[in-house]
Amino acid sequence: MVSRTSFSGPLDPAPDAGWVDAPPHVGFFTDTSICIGCKACEVACKEWNGVPDDRFGLLGMSYDNTGSLNANAWRHVAFIEQPAAPEGSDGGFRWLMSSDVCKHCTHAGCLDVCPTGALFRTEFGTVVVQADVCNGCGYCIPACPYGVIDQRKGDGRVWKCTLCYDRLRGGLEPACAKACPTDSIQFGPLEQLRARAADRVEALHASGVAGARLYGADEHDGVGGDGAFFLLLDDPQIYGLPPDPVVPTKHLGKMWRAAAVAAATMLVGTLASFLGKRR
Amino acid sequence: MVERAEFTSYYGRPIVKKPVWKWPVPAYFFTGGLAGGSSLLGFGGAVTGNWRLARHGRRAGFVAILASTAFLIEDLGRPERFLNMMRVFKPSSPMSMGSWTLMLYGPTAGLAVVTDILHGAAHFPARGGAKRRPWVHALARSRLLDRVSFLGEIAAGLSGIGVASYTAVLVTDTSVPVWYAARRELPFVFVGSSMAASGGLAAVVNPAADCAPARRMAVLGSALELVASDVSRRRMRAGPVDVGEVYEQGRAGRLERLSQALTVAGAVLTGVAGRRRGAAAVGGALLVGGSLAKRFAVYEAGMQSAEDPTYTVGPQQARAAGLSEPPGRARGGRPARR
Repeated sequence: MVSRTSFSGPLDPAPDAGWVDAPPHVGFFTDTSICIGCKACEVACKEWNGVPDDRFGLLGMSYDNTGSLNANAWRHVAFIEQPAAPEGSDGGFRWLMSSDVCKHCTHAGCLDVCPTGALFRTEFGTVVVQADVCNGCGYCIPACPYGVIDQRKGDGRVWKCTLCYDRLRGGLEPACAKACPTDSIQFGPLEQLRARAADRVEALHASGVAGARLYGADEHDGVGGDGAFFLLLDDPQIYGLPPDPVVPTKHLGKMWRAAAVAAATMLVGTLASFLGKRR
Repeated sequence: MVERAEFTSYYGRPIVKKPVWKWPVPAYFFTGGLAGGSSLLGFGGAVTGNWRLARHGRRAGFVAILASTAFLIEDLGRPERFLNMMRVFKPSSPMSMGSWTLMLYGPTAGLAVVTDILHGAAHFPARGGAKRRPWVHALARSRLLDRVSFLGEIAAGLSGIGVASYTAVLVTDTSVPVWYAARRELPFVFVGSSMAASGGLAAVVNPAADCAPARRMAVLGSALELVASDVSRRRMRAGPVDVGEVYEQGRAGRLERLSQALTVAGAVLTGVAGRRRGAAAVGGALLVGGSLAKRFAVYEAGMQSAEDPTYTVGPQQARAAGLSEPPGRARGGRPARR
């Protein structure tokens, strides 16, 4: 169903997608201020979801040897080494760690552009790929404003975090949140998580961590708010996140209008070409 | 141009993922454009009684769409599942809309070729004096066939325009910085390129006496492509971050310059000396080459813009700042160490 808000703005995505009596919209709140970089989330995700290895090697990027979210890495812990932080950490040095994941956007570019219906909106408001439908057209990959979804080499299909759809249906929390030893990754209804996150930012500001800010928690942002949002201690781009992502389909209407005018130009141009002499 | 501030990216890594699409996709943008424009020429030729232009336009359209289909299926990660495109009709997906447009265009373009052959069989003697089967005559001379072929060709012409133009929306509806930034102008670039290529091809395969309309179409299309590209480029240059500078760099830069040179030369030659067979053929070939190079330039520019986080972060920073702050340029990549 296409409603006025389908491509932008605040929305409860599961009912919008046609689910009746949908459970509350759930997601992740990843509080990077208490991430210790243990990568238990990466391991738990691989174990539970049977995600293949993503090459074994060293990248020379601090403790990050995963590199990025991709078809074979559905959680990715980023490690950023910074000189003296204004918060005055000891030795004038700080280490930022953050477990990145699919954002399960309220307005998901990957889902919007998928031509086969392989990507779908679950009753929990999350976005999942059906591996038995995906034909590997690859359109979702550049559509994602976060660079999350990716094609698996040798397989041809695209893969990403399912927010443990199978576990959710069984009444369990996702594997990464379950495994996180510091509760940096918290799972629950988004409404609760957003309230908790707002309190946490306030507490951090009160204790002098001025750089603390929420990322992806605003329903009025370019993707209608993320189903997986974050508490960051520095600018998003430092973590490899886009500072102000917008789902490309937000402007799809304007794009089609431009194409329609161009198409009309082609028709008129051709007609004009047939006026006048044949020789 | 505002001076650029620096930002520290995550080890210089890209933020958005570049498409996994390989050469068949830009090749398809070219053949799809060639198909749409050729079908229009075919229909126009039929209506104006220019049977050579009609026949060659119809055939070029059909052959180009067969090649297009092969390219599209070839580029899938799971080619055997290409029919999954027909599971849904999804207006939010330009690729879904494109697939359905192709489903209308392919068969109607095929029909135009078949009816053209039947008409030819009915109105021209068979080779070697062999006798035609009577049912071919009956069918070819029937009014039903005329009506079906006329309606089919209208459908092929209109859906052909769709095939030539939707591919621009296909690429602008992504997070690839230089494609997204060109969302207003790229459809005009693509239809212009399509007109130039199909008019050019017609000038190559038809006698000069028959293809004045094709030459006019080619010159109009070239002008449209060049002007729309220039408008797009200027708009990006005037913005807070010049995402379009990728069209001056690396492989995209070389292809863009090649495309401009071929298109300008082809259009001038076609416009000035197109009534001479040789000049028309050379000019047409240059235009076909120019269109092909343009599609690959757009493709490569998209790839290059996705690889550099500057082009993702810069425009977003500028937007978030209401264009008041100078946008960022990625520093080497690695965060500074003590």
